[in-house]
Amino acid sequence: MDLTEFLIKTATIFVVFVLTLVIAMYSTWGERKVAGFIQDRMGPNRAGPGGLLQPLADAGKMFFKEDFIPALANKWLFIAGPSLAMLTALLASAVIPFGSTFRINGHEVALQGVESNIGILYVFGVVALGVYGIMVGGWASNNKFSLLGAIRAASQNISYEVAMGLSLIAILMMSSSLSLGEIVAQQHGGNWNIFYQPLGFIIFITCSFAECNRVPFDLPECETELVGGYHTEYGSMKLGFYLFAEYINMFISSAIISVLYFGGYNYPGMDWVYSQLTQAFGTETGHNAATLIGTAVFFGKALFFIFFYMWVRWTIPRFRYDQLMNLGWKKLIPLAIFNIIITGAAVLFLKPLVTAWLN
Amino acid sequence: MQLTNRSKQVSNKEMTLMERAYLPAIATGLAITIKHFFAKKVTIQYPEVKRYLGPVFRGRHILKRDEDGRERCTACGLCAVACPAEAIQIVAAEREKGEETLYREEKYAAVYEVNMLRCIFCGLCEEACPKQAVYLRHDEFVPVFAERDQVIWGKDLLVEDMNNRYTREAWTKEEARALDLKRASGEVTNVVPRAIP
Repeated sequence: MDLTEFLIKTATIFVVFVLTLVIAMYSTWGERKVAGFIQDRMGPNRAGPGGLLQPLADAGKMFFKEDFIPALANKWLFIAGPSLAMLTALLASAVIPFGSTFRINGHEVALQGVESNIGILYVFGVVALGVYGIMVGGWASNNKFSLLGAIRAASQNISYEVAMGLSLIAILMMSSSLSLGEIVAQQHGGNWNIFYQPLGFIIFITCSFAECNRVPFDLPECETELVGGYHTEYGSMKLGFYLFAEYINMFISSAIISVLYFGGYNYPGMDWVYSQLTQAFGTETGHNAATLIGTAVFFGKALFFIFFYMWVRWTIPRFRYDQLMNLGWKKLIPLAIFNIIITGAAVLFLKPLVTAWLN
Repeated sequence: MQLTNRSKQVSNKEMTLMERAYLPAIATGLAITIKHFFAKKVTIQYPEVKRYLGPVFRGRHILKRDEDGRERCTACGLCAVACPAEAIQIVAAEREKGEETLYREEKYAAVYEVNMLRCIFCGLCEEACPKQAVYLRHDEFVPVFAERDQVIWGKDLLVEDMNNRYTREAWTKEEARALDLKRASGEVTNVVPRAIP
């Protein structure tokens, strides 16, 4: 890897990092705005035009609050909890393909932090680690409510990870690749996985709601039963980090959903746009411009799913804990296995038939 | 007793497959919320936009002058007697020679104070006044107090400003709206009630 490539990679990683943070920050604003709009209110609109400075004000408030650690808490683990949550949330964006490739001086660099051939496994591994942040924080607080909240969060995440992984296997059977870049590239030309895997998509999105601890599965926090759940004892920016990590997770899972099921940076008519741009600006600039449009489309899709998260949040009441577990273990896992069987059968028997018929 | 026809008999019937699948119900719910997302918002942006409170709203007090600019109050004290919260305090004085342009009656209120923390805005002072001197404005509130000395309002705040007289032209909501529209189009050019100091 020479210098140009290295610089482009560094720039990509930096931009992705900043964008993730900014999107997570403005998700808090968006959440409140969407909540307001759905409830026929205006939402925050005093800090800056349309309330756009609200996240900055909130962050400033969080920073200047007293950084309190309970006397009987395990001090280091208490600090490690939110750090872990934040770390794992940010790590996951490394393998997401935000666009196709960038061409500079004949170098072709993918708009992706790490071009890993096990990308999706990496995402799963890192996201699964996220539960440690919650668990460690909840345990270190030395508070029964925190511990119970943490246990709830952990058990919920672990149970839904199974169904999530199983729903994903159907995708892997179709793409026969674990690389996210490869999965996206295969969806080129309107071949989005959502058309082949509607059931898998429903299972996946349900599980990602549970993984992000979002309504209707926001059991870890519960005013009436658990006070604040795993972050009862947290305040100041440590609480801010927990909430922030949640929003980053939301963005990451939205991005993963659009990569896996909605074609990532692919959009209808992109070949035509590509040829027009390359004709107008030459192969290098035109290619880069087309890539940037694709990236914008990708972010549009991801933002739509963030909006969808919020939309669902202000629509559905939460599940009871036993209902949550029943849904996870008794409905989603069998459904996911059924989906695998169907996909397997289709790949084995239907695909040769259809290709033969088309030819 | 039945008040509405909206009550439904509770049923313990087993859910059908459609109902157990959750998703159709969730889709219905999402459709409802997105309708509200695009619906007109009911919020009134308060400090910038003020809702019309009605022609008989009882806001802050005003001591009226007559058409020659003389104070109408004769310091009879009926308002203070009528006040259930004992919020009004009056010190009467006799009109001197040469003050006929200032005070309409031979006796006037040298001090007229309303304690706005005590006042319950019942409007009994209005009713009691034999000289039509004290009114509760329909268009202005008593603002939030930041200091203790802002609580008691003296004559400096209460007496009507002749350049900005308080009149109640509209007596119904429709009339008020029509008047607002006329003001907006420039047909009516009288001064809008001033902001409270």
